[in-house]
Amino acid sequence: MTQASLDELELDALTELVNIGVSVAATGLREMVGEEVLLSVPKVDLVSRENAVAILREKESAKLVAVHQVFEGDITGRALLIFPETKSLEIVRAVAGSNLSLEDVIELEQEALAETGNIILNGCLSTIANMLERNLKMSLPEIIRGEAVHFFNLQPPPQSGDQVLFVYINFAVQQRDIRGYIAMLMDLPSFEALKVLLDEFIARASGKN
Amino acid sequence: MSYKILVVDDSKLARMAMAKVLHALRPDWERVEASRAVEALALAQQSHFDVALVDFNMPERDGLHLVGELRAQSPEMVLAVVSANLQREVVERANAVRAKFLAKPVSDIAMREFLDNAEAQLRANKSR
Repeated sequence: MTQASLDELELDALTELVNIGVSVAATGLREMVGEEVLLSVPKVDLVSRENAVAILREKESAKLVAVHQVFEGDITGRALLIFPETKSLEIVRAVAGSNLSLEDVIELEQEALAETGNIILNGCLSTIANMLERNLKMSLPEIIRGEAVHFFNLQPPPQSGDQVLFVYINFAVQQRDIRGYIAMLMDLPSFEALKVLLDEFIARASGKN
Repeated sequence: MSYKILVVDDSKLARMAMAKVLHALRPDWERVEASRAVEALALAQQSHFDVALVDFNMPERDGLHLVGELRAQSPEMVLAVVSANLQREVVERANAVRAKFLAKPVSDIAMREFLDNAEAQLRANKSR
């Protein structure tokens, strides 16, 4: 079986792209909430699908909620923005206003999560695609709930050798700390395409063709 | 006139990209790189820098914190914070310590303009 991996500089470049992507996303989120969004430095890991499930299980014992979008282009796969479900209403209050009644918050939950997820995932992925000089088509956001194992086994069934680009992010809005994960799930051919695009990006950026 | 510039970014690729642009635009400038804020501060204590380009989102101490410290150390240094985080609060904090804000990825045009202004400012400082 092919062992998918990135060398040190490829991982550095990918981390830099993700960092720029989430910074753009934070800027978009700030426009939505009307207040500064504080952002941690994202930590990026490349793991197998099984490992992604194990990491989430270990870190989050409670139920999870995810915003899911499919992306298509030179690289095809799924992007998931994952939060502990207990944080879900916090996110709604953070983005939709803290003066809302509980009823309003619950009513707005789906929509606010989808919108937040869309800003973060789109901001992140479209920035990365732009810098890689490629186009990505993104599906509409969909909210899913459950356990990590469900998120990484959505239909159509996953392939062996699937790779997950796993990003740990923390952000805070209106004194509400929200930790979350961005996971980009892709199959081996897409991962190999990503590796080629990263090498081209490195060559362009550093001028070492 | 040749100047000395400090480039601070935790990403090696970002430093390489900056090196490429600086080499193209100001080949005679002396460039020193740091990957962390503490390293940058130590370098700035050891020797004089005319210009510093500082990434915003770095682990441990962020770039705004660092430019604040560089500014306190060296009132005349020309500073820029580089980030894709364009939130107005971030830009305002950069401006508050007289640091220019450059949007990442930095275009050649923006870099050229920043360097031209930096040179003009450094010349003006000298003639005072």
